[in-house]
Amino acid sequence: MNLFSIVEEIEKIDPEFNDRISPRRDAIKNITSFGSKVAIAAVPFALGNLFKKAYGQSASASVISVLNFALTLEILEATFYNDGMAASGLVTDTSYISQIQSDENKHVTFLTSAINAAGGTPVTASDFVYLDYTGGAGSQAGPFTGVFTNYQTFLAVAETFEDTGVRAYKGQAPNLLGNQTYLTAALDIHAVEARHASAIRYLRMTKYGATVLPWITSAASGSVDTSGAASNDTGVAAVNANYGGATPENTTVQGGVNILNLPSATSSTTTVAAATAAFDEPLTMSEVLAILVPAFTKPKS
Amino acid sequence: MKTETDLTNVNVNMARRSFLRYAGAGVAGIGLLSAVSSCHKDHNVVPTAGVTDVGSGDIGVLNFAYALEQLEAAFYLQVVATPYTSIPSIELAYLTDIRDHEVCHREFFKAALGTSAIQGLTPDFSKIDFTSRTAVLAAAKAFEDLGVTAYDGIAYNIQNAAYLSIAGSIVSVEARHAALIGNLITQGNFVSSDQVDTNGLNISNKPSAVLAGANVYLKTKVSANSFS
Repeated sequence: MNLFSIVEEIEKIDPEFNDRISPRRDAIKNITSFGSKVAIAAVPFALGNLFKKAYGQSASASVISVLNFALTLEILEATFYNDGMAASGLVTDTSYISQIQSDENKHVTFLTSAINAAGGTPVTASDFVYLDYTGGAGSQAGPFTGVFTNYQTFLAVAETFEDTGVRAYKGQAPNLLGNQTYLTAALDIHAVEARHASAIRYLRMTKYGATVLPWITSAASGSVDTSGAASNDTGVAAVNANYGGATPENTTVQGGVNILNLPSATSSTTTVAAATAAFDEPLTMSEVLAILVPAFTKPKS
Repeated sequence: MKTETDLTNVNVNMARRSFLRYAGAGVAGIGLLSAVSSCHKDHNVVPTAGVTDVGSGDIGVLNFAYALEQLEAAFYLQVVATPYTSIPSIELAYLTDIRDHEVCHREFFKAALGTSAIQGLTPDFSKIDFTSRTAVLAAAKAFEDLGVTAYDGIAYNIQNAAYLSIAGSIVSVEARHAALIGNLITQGNFVSSDQVDTNGLNISNKPSAVLAGANVYLKTKVSANSFS
């Protein structure tokens, strides 16, 4: 599975995606309104079968691409926490990190099952040339050298992974518009990634003196901060891009409404801090891949 | 405690027009509203006396979110105005930040919806002891968890990609709040089994289930009859 070809595929398919989905949207809603009637463990298979009914054979290539993109991120995250927990003496807050590790591995299992059931081919760890959590493009000597020996570095990378995961899932939501099964599942994972991000930030702040809050608070506004420098509140300049992009985290105009001009609890206007923290912005698939490839991973061609 | 019907109206019509244009809904407000009401008739939605229904379609989803954000904002305004006994300064700072985010969400929906917005709701917090840390944090957890399950549960009904993106931008902040409140109650309690299922997915709730929870704290009852 080539990540670059996923992007090309999406770009090719996207223009037709909504047209193809729309006429069937009502049918999909009806077919997938099975809710709690299906045991949770059986859900991935049920999703696949129901989706096959809706589509004749299988989920559309674009939906499977979105799922494989999500799975790629989850493999990166799960392996990161597996390696961290396996590193002797690294993790102090095991009650926090082990729960996150468990969730990320469950996400890998869930998405793999869902893609299989939908007739797709899931990405696996063997599809990557390397995973380099130092950000060193395979050298294992990048800006986060010591990620599995220095706990503070580990937490900083974890925070960035979680924040980026939230932005990545958010960016894919419009590609699953109206799809009860896959949109809801993606948003449910998205919320769990946000819970993780909040918890890692809380740990860094309360136990290790980092000047972060559970939410992403940007100091600057005005021009759109595509580089991420003004949006990045982690104190690690190497991850600016994770907070930038076409819709960076310091965005203060949402849906044409200038948030700064809205009344707040104590004033007729809203502060930049509140306006930027109250909304998390998306990253596109190509923006996410540009951050990850080649610094953190490289897919086999 | 009253809701913020007395807050300064900030050029609501302008804001709404630009929001709709941004969202690609290039129709006049009246056209959009009549589409909504005809949709209502198709669904045979019968309004219940004394209950505020959020309406249908994307406007209904946005009003559903607006109702929940009104409730959350009102709650945290009260929490910060009358902090619980011996509140540590760090906790007051967190809760003040959350108050500001929720007011921001409420004002965003009010501005974006303009004349399509439901009325300002009157909360009923008589069941919450605002002097008790335990009671306040338990209520905060309930509101934040409810908000996450609400957005996730109704999102597939959204037809406009721009609205979906904004709902996504808000729900992850609610999830950040939920995790923090969980950690304040019990360290390490941020993906508790009452909120995250065995597949590692946050649970989601139907609008009717969400409103059953929310209406406990609302004097003005809210329904979402066009959403199953």
